[in-house]
Amino acid sequence: MAKDIVAVIGAAQTKFKTHYADKTYIELAQDAAKLAMDEAGVTPDEIDAVVFSMAPTQFMGVNDCDRWATSHVWGAGKPYMRIHAGGATGGSALQAGYVHIASGVYRTVLVVGADRVAETPDAQHILNLIWDRFYEHDFALNTVTMTALAAQRYMARYGATEEQFARVVVRGRKNAMGNPYAHLKGAITVDDVMNSPRVAYPYKRFDICPRSSGAAAVVLSNLDVAKQKCARPAFVNGVSAITHSVFMGDRMGVYSETEFADHDGEHIAAYEAYRQAGITDPASQIQVAELYDPFSTFQFPIVEGLGFCGRGRAAAISDEGGWDMVGGQVAVNPSGGTLCTNPIGVTGLVRIVDAANQIMGKAGQNQLPGVHNAVATAAGGSTQFFTVTMLGDDHVAPRTNV
Amino acid sequence: MSAAAAIDDVIHGEWHVRYNYSVGKVAGHFFEGLKQKKILASFAPSSGIAYLPPRAYCERSFEPCDGWVEAGHQGIIEAATIVTAAFENLPPPPYAIAYVRLDNVSTALVNFVRGLDLSDVPAAASKLKPGTKVKVVFKDTPEGRITDFHYELAE
Repeated sequence: MAKDIVAVIGAAQTKFKTHYADKTYIELAQDAAKLAMDEAGVTPDEIDAVVFSMAPTQFMGVNDCDRWATSHVWGAGKPYMRIHAGGATGGSALQAGYVHIASGVYRTVLVVGADRVAETPDAQHILNLIWDRFYEHDFALNTVTMTALAAQRYMARYGATEEQFARVVVRGRKNAMGNPYAHLKGAITVDDVMNSPRVAYPYKRFDICPRSSGAAAVVLSNLDVAKQKCARPAFVNGVSAITHSVFMGDRMGVYSETEFADHDGEHIAAYEAYRQAGITDPASQIQVAELYDPFSTFQFPIVEGLGFCGRGRAAAISDEGGWDMVGGQVAVNPSGGTLCTNPIGVTGLVRIVDAANQIMGKAGQNQLPGVHNAVATAAGGSTQFFTVTMLGDDHVAPRTNV
Repeated sequence: MSAAAAIDDVIHGEWHVRYNYSVGKVAGHFFEGLKQKKILASFAPSSGIAYLPPRAYCERSFEPCDGWVEAGHQGIIEAATIVTAAFENLPPPPYAIAYVRLDNVSTALVNFVRGLDLSDVPAAASKLKPGTKVKVVFKDTPEGRITDFHYELAE
């Protein structure tokens, strides 16, 4: 049983871009740590423990680089751990920090990380190395091809088209224009997406996220500290994570208990997080969704899994503007989302930062009015790890089972 | 060197790491089957599930997969894609990949789909929709590796 209520009292990110020529990896992580602690009004002495968010280190090229960063993020002399769950890392790191505080063991925790995905020239070569050498590695699986496979299956099930996916890219890049930290942004057209070079059907280049460098950090605290430090914290009201078998082939066909095309780990995780947070009608109770959507095809199955609409309905609702930042039924990725910015080791944490800042009224130009509940997702591995985190402007009672 | 020039400086590095992966009993039996042009799925009598890739234990019933069934050399596509971009250390494009559920097997196994004209990607993709029948084609002299076979369209 949880003992304490958990709140985000400071959330920050650096700008994201392909290369940071003027800083090293650890200096980037330090920037985010400093920004988040300043936002929270805490000093390193007030941080009880540090959780470091970092996925595969082969992109940035220093093995287990969390060790390199310990003192730069003011973790030396404190309990310190690294969390790694592939693309879901940032969501899992936040949830580890949550448990630190919900358990009553710590009062204040810094969750921080950085990534430099473009330090090596081909991220997909690195990502192919996550598959076993016996059965799957030889078939050019990587995050592009594995999600293209899921997208092709989704299209066959529900009739979504490449043009409908292209509209997701157009909307994301437009939203990102109001986000000073986003990597890719700007006014583009469906034709621009459709005419970009084909990569893996149904993907064209513009359907795919960039390789981003940058850092993010969140200061979590219990209710007592939050009352002292923060006029409007973002309470962590629900956390859930679901893991699938590594084998994607187990998740398709008549014998499967889950559906590869639907990313339905996200659905399972969402409804557990909703239960904790007291969300019974997500489409009306949640104002902002920050999704882990590194490919244009992720958004439809995820918003369906989050219960914003029925299975197979998201593409048509997208065409009608239903996921628009202004005027939509739920503002999906007002930040521009992962499609515009993907620093893999902290992407899930960036989703938390963007969602928390919407609750806290600190989302700048893209701040939306009346945000009471926001949901943040992350996904990683072979579409294998899924996390869902519910943030709210008011807290619910500590959860009764874990 | 000026300070401005130093900011743009990079230090080059490369990793070269070699491995020998132990195959073990389950994969070893599977690979021996491939040498006979047989694709062997591990079978769990407790759940009735036939697994490819093969497993030692059934992930539903938590009982041992203590049987083997031979997969048919035909199956249906569950998901497919056509890759037209070059990635470092991966095959030169274009190529098609598919998860296929072979006859007698409960799960889908990934491999290349060969023998299809990939010059027009949407046209080729329309031939690889889920539900499409494919067949297994073995090399003339299999070596006991997953690359001993590939898929081709059945018709």
